[in-house]
Amino acid sequence: MLQDKDRIFTNLYGAHSPGLEAAKKRGAWHLTREMLQQTPEWICDQIKASGLRGRGGAGFPTGLKWTFMPKEVRDRPHYLVVNADESEPGTCKDREIMRHDPHLLIEGCMVASYAMRAHACYVYLRGEYIAEREALEKAVKEAYEAGLIGKNNKNGWDFDLYVHHGAGAYICGEETALLESLEGKKGQPRLKPPFPANAGLYGCPTTVNNVESIAVAPTILRRGAEWFAGFGRPNNTGTKLFCVSGHVNKPCNVEEEMSITFRDLIETHCGGIRGGWDNLKAVIPGGSSVPMVPAEQIMDAYMDFDTLRDLRSGLGTAAVIVMDKSTDLIQAIARISYFYKHESCGQCTPCREGTGWMWRVLERMAKGQAEMSDIDMLLDVAGQVEGHTICALGDAAAWPVQGLIRHFRHEIEDRISEYRAPRTMVQGANVAAE
Amino acid sequence: MALRRFDLEAGGETFAFKAETEPTIAFWLGKYPEDKKRSAVIPLLWLAQKDNNGWLSEPAMRTVADRLEMPYIRVYEVATFYTMFRLQPVGKNHVQLCGTTPCMLRGANDLKKVCEKRIGKKMAVTDDGRLSWEEVECLGACVNAPMVQINDYYYEDLTPESLDEILSRLAGGVDVPPGTFVDRQNSAPIGGATTLKEAALFDGSRNGVSGLPNLPEATKGDNPEPEAKGEPARSKPTNTDREEPSKATVEAADEEVELEGERPAASEANAEGGDDLKKIKGIGPKIEKQLNELGVNTFAQIAAWSGDNVKWVDGYLSFRGRIERESWIEQAKTLASEDKS
Repeated sequence: MLQDKDRIFTNLYGAHSPGLEAAKKRGAWHLTREMLQQTPEWICDQIKASGLRGRGGAGFPTGLKWTFMPKEVRDRPHYLVVNADESEPGTCKDREIMRHDPHLLIEGCMVASYAMRAHACYVYLRGEYIAEREALEKAVKEAYEAGLIGKNNKNGWDFDLYVHHGAGAYICGEETALLESLEGKKGQPRLKPPFPANAGLYGCPTTVNNVESIAVAPTILRRGAEWFAGFGRPNNTGTKLFCVSGHVNKPCNVEEEMSITFRDLIETHCGGIRGGWDNLKAVIPGGSSVPMVPAEQIMDAYMDFDTLRDLRSGLGTAAVIVMDKSTDLIQAIARISYFYKHESCGQCTPCREGTGWMWRVLERMAKGQAEMSDIDMLLDVAGQVEGHTICALGDAAAWPVQGLIRHFRHEIEDRISEYRAPRTMVQGANVAAE
Repeated sequence: MALRRFDLEAGGETFAFKAETEPTIAFWLGKYPEDKKRSAVIPLLWLAQKDNNGWLSEPAMRTVADRLEMPYIRVYEVATFYTMFRLQPVGKNHVQLCGTTPCMLRGANDLKKVCEKRIGKKMAVTDDGRLSWEEVECLGACVNAPMVQINDYYYEDLTPESLDEILSRLAGGVDVPPGTFVDRQNSAPIGGATTLKEAALFDGSRNGVSGLPNLPEATKGDNPEPEAKGEPARSKPTNTDREEPSKATVEAADEEVELEGERPAASEANAEGGDDLKKIKGIGPKIEKQLNELGVNTFAQIAAWSGDNVKWVDGYLSFRGRIERESWIEQAKTLASEDKS
């Protein structure tokens, strides 16, 4: 269990002012100049040693990612782009950072930019976060006025921070789609390679990081890599913002250490499962993209990358969606499928056509209007979408469906039998999912 | 994907930004390099939508395109791709109801019924022009579900009753302050936060430390105790008794694994002079190459592997027992004897 003195986001709930003076009292902008006097390599090494893995879902080591940038600036400037397009269903952690602790983010942007020899940073906020954008713009203005960022600032590294916003496209959370969008185009992902570290924003070397990954960096440097590495199990270190939603008594955001057990997380902060632990049915542990895990497997599992991967799911963004026994799981996944159908950018055929197809079949299955063989066909189609698209949205659309069939196939079968029982001949049962 | 078309009739012929919007436009244009003005297309379209009663008409798109010196079609593309750009007229208060699974689990479907009852069909505007609604995908306030966004701001932790109340007040022309509609502080648990209670977090007392830990100079000398490095309030890890990650994880993290067993002896013969190892079931061209690199070229060599050799090769190729499962040694023995006869 994490103690208060080890929490990084001390104004998570907005109990205190997000302004500069209050943020300084909470520890932001402390020793920043000293950090920027070290070499960029030192910063990267410290972040590597802390074991910080990207908080945006994929879990790639952040320090390592920073070292992919070219070692010296040639004819093209370097850019840091912060991915604040928080749209993964279940996730609402970056929002709290931006509206309540924006100075940690701004300081993180500066330190990370220095580590990658960038003088400019763009924060790409999702369009719907208008209050958050106002809060962040206000904090940026404060930082400029206090001479903390900008040209010839107190911290000794010329640095400009710009807030940009999107307009409601989930796909812009994918790093190359985000760059396209930032360049004023449709948010359709780019083929990789070239990777953004070689040719990203405006064709220049660019690194895209999640808000949380960036915002924890200065505190790691201030308190030491080994402090951060002391939490969680090896390879899954640090503290993490969990967003617990769904059927718990008190849904909330909370910063906890990695590898806390699911039971501890729910009991300590969320007031338990609605209707008690026996009423738990399944949990989506990392945002809608990861497969669900049934109750008996998740109850005492550690909430970290490796444990959940071994359960054939993932930590993702640590957005825990809890579902109790009253949940119609087929309908819940059908709604997620609709989400992916809606958000597919339309670039790759397997995803554009497959997401809609899966949604329509699931909607029928939720009513029981399907053939038993449709289940296998659905699984087959999901497998054909997965891995056959430019970006990971195809995978993300397929995994929840696969998770549902893997663990709750019997429910779909029961639903179909139940629908058929009173009908000797079902009209339209053979209709394909057109 | 969302298929969206724009309303050509309702938009009229012309559009102009309001005078008070001009400084904001300049502010946005100032954020991007001089030759990359196009980057500002989304913010400018958003401002145009604000100036056009909450929706984006075709003349408004053309105005933005002219400002940014972009072809019209590029702006149309952007406007139809991003779902926050509304392509038909909306009410003065446009309700965006989040219907994605986390909100659905907490009762978004009941809120939909309230909207249908109060306002009518999706994207229909009430007669007085005050209200309209649509269902949108996850708005990113899932711990405060169910919620709606009305114009710019979020209304959270709703019930059918509270949404009905909000809508009736908006219909009467009364503003409703946004935020949560139950007794909680933003995203903290209902009934009070379980964390962040220590006063020392907020009074500046943790800024007393005057140096960073792990600086290059500091690490050159003898290793000081971690506590002596002056980190504020450093606690010992609380979970040291937890089990280690699975072996596969550790191996993946650490490529230089010490291999168990004994490396098989290399043969004199070169790869060309050896046998076609691919005849052994389970060996393909890639593994054959790897074995050749180890100096394993003939069936006889494989046939003569000891248990320790198998273990080593198994580890080297990271096979987890495939050699035994596919009984390479037996196969090699048979093939070797066939060669002789």
